[in-house]
Amino acid sequence: MRRGRLEERFSLLGKEGRKAFIPYIMCGDPSLEKTGHLVKLLEECGADAIELGVPFSDPLADGPVIQAAGQRALDAGVNLRVSMEFVKKIRMQTDLPLILMTYYNPVFRYGEDAFASGAPAAGVDGVIIPDLPVEEGGPIARSAGRHGLDVVFLAAPTSGDERLKKVARASRGFIYFVSMTGITGAKLDMSEELKASVSKLKLASKKPVMVGFGISTPEEAATVSAMADGVVIGSAIVKAAREMADAELREYLLALRAAIK
Amino acid sequence: MFCPCARSVAGSLGRTTLNQPDTNAPAGKPYRRNLRLSLLKAAPTALTAIAAGKEKGSGKKYLMKKGYFGPYGGRFVPETLMPALMELEAAWAASSRDKAFRQEFKDLARDFIGRPTPLYFARRLSERFGGAKKIKIYLKREDLTHTGAHKINNALGQALLAKKMGKRRLIAETGAGQHGVATATGAALLGLECVIYMGSEDVRRQALNVFRMKLLGAEVREVSAGSRTLKDAINEALRDWTTNVRDTHYVLGTVFGPHPFPSMVRDFQSVIGKEARAQILKAEGRLPGHLVACVGGGSNAMGLFSAFLKDKNVLMTGVEAGGKGIESGEHAARFAGGQVGVFQGAKSFLLQDEVGNVLGTHSVSAGLDYASVGPEHAYLKDAGRVRYTYATDDEALEAFGLLSRLEGIIPALESSHAIAEAKKMAPSMPEGSIMIINLSGRGDKDVQEVSRLMGKKE
Repeated sequence: MRRGRLEERFSLLGKEGRKAFIPYIMCGDPSLEKTGHLVKLLEECGADAIELGVPFSDPLADGPVIQAAGQRALDAGVNLRVSMEFVKKIRMQTDLPLILMTYYNPVFRYGEDAFASGAPAAGVDGVIIPDLPVEEGGPIARSAGRHGLDVVFLAAPTSGDERLKKVARASRGFIYFVSMTGITGAKLDMSEELKASVSKLKLASKKPVMVGFGISTPEEAATVSAMADGVVIGSAIVKAAREMADAELREYLLALRAAIK
Repeated sequence: MFCPCARSVAGSLGRTTLNQPDTNAPAGKPYRRNLRLSLLKAAPTALTAIAAGKEKGSGKKYLMKKGYFGPYGGRFVPETLMPALMELEAAWAASSRDKAFRQEFKDLARDFIGRPTPLYFARRLSERFGGAKKIKIYLKREDLTHTGAHKINNALGQALLAKKMGKRRLIAETGAGQHGVATATGAALLGLECVIYMGSEDVRRQALNVFRMKLLGAEVREVSAGSRTLKDAINEALRDWTTNVRDTHYVLGTVFGPHPFPSMVRDFQSVIGKEARAQILKAEGRLPGHLVACVGGGSNAMGLFSAFLKDKNVLMTGVEAGGKGIESGEHAARFAGGQVGVFQGAKSFLLQDEVGNVLGTHSVSAGLDYASVGPEHAYLKDAGRVRYTYATDDEALEAFGLLSRLEGIIPALESSHAIAEAKKMAPSMPEGSIMIINLSGRGDKDVQEVSRLMGKKE
């Protein structure tokens, strides 16, 4: 099987000694046109991959900003199937790795196998399922593996050493380390603990470790990216994309990009 | 009688199974022998596995995958919570082996909750529903517990466990407010901080309970996201738990959510069934032919049913909220109108749309107004061990008034659903049958809402 876009991107970053910038946007917030526009803008501003949120009725890992974005996307009629179709279209315009972030029930309802084959066929490179811990993720991980879809698992500050290893082993593409105990968009807690956990994950596997949740300013992005292989920025970008005009947004994204090294 | 084929449509099996005679063994030791025999003969699938899995706190004895009831259950939560669930599972296993803990809980159950609750023979209700056939209806009086509903059995148990685990803060969701009141009560008793999440629609219709929680020292946080009912309160409680997991215990109020909650809550509620079983044997010298309980998440039903699962001649009926009728789409009848899905930590039947978003629900009773149902219930449905049906808002309201007038007992609107089903079942039951209805809570909390609804109709 050919190397996936994610793997290629991380290997390039590794060679160049750079860190990854992965912004998160909600697919269809408030319209697919807007999302398409943002994908292009993010690519121009140096994103290494894009996490596309799939709206869900009960986003229990998300804070108010992404909850509201999800509601707008639901109102626009977006769901998992529509998100996959969107990726298929946008694939013709970008070669950036695209990762879906979806809750588990839409995938379960779609059919794990159908999703595992359908998503990569549409041009999706990876999937993050925040309410699917490694213990429950075996079947979809195996199925996805056969079709070249990376299932990214999350590790948390509460995960003990054994669990960190377990997550590191199971995760594909990269390992997503949740910076804090909390939901998306909460205030970042830059502790020694964060650094220690990331080092443990780095010891447990050679896979890149991305840190997300709570990062919003270029300063925070700089500090966190220095400890890891890159950062995921969600709520702050979702908020900025809604509130800022293009020029201001571009400036903010470029500042984030420049800070991540 | 465990053939699941006849049970695909809710209510369709009523006639066939209800005609089973009450042929139960008499009380005392001979019964125990029969029980073992019947276990051996029972269908190899469901019941033996359940029986094995039911051993308190001993995860090892599960014949099924840990945390699962057949294909249902599991642990679908963010990684941040996984270690907490494992810690809870271990603490629960240790505590249920710990004599001192068990004794402490038993003492509190007696002196604080007021257990055992009576098993009351409802003479006039029996006459009204099944007089011609001399049907005897007993009510298990969970409405007489301290705080007024079965919820206290579990909330106090979990509060005690949380204290043992060194947690300083309790959080809980609540629909009807009974679980919130029970948790606030446990927190007050044990000197723990307490935050209750409640949907704003429920805050409105259960105003009395909101005030009770505040009196008990709890903070009530109103949730105005989504449908503003129980499911949204659970989302918010899970978010709080994810944030404060290190010093906070989430007192989940029903047999739902991620493992170990469905098993642990059932075990805390199993006292209902154990008492009822002993009480009916004492009163009648035989087991009941039928058990009826309402099912929201399903903890009062599991509490009653669990003690009788091995008694294959005891038929069981779980009653969901039919709201304004299944056709209307405004209901919470998961078995009649849902499909398998994964929601708030567990795989079970779920009211969802074709792309997996969770649908809004409706019930006159806040406590049954929930989109999914305990995974063990889903399993018992598949196994054909429990029949699930529903009662509509109107039927429940009628039963609410009826029990009040006939017996001088104002039932909770939730429990009224079980009464409503008993009314439907009684005429087709064999002569002299005994039925136990779990009267899971009292209706004080509902009188304002019922008066509002009655005002609307007049």
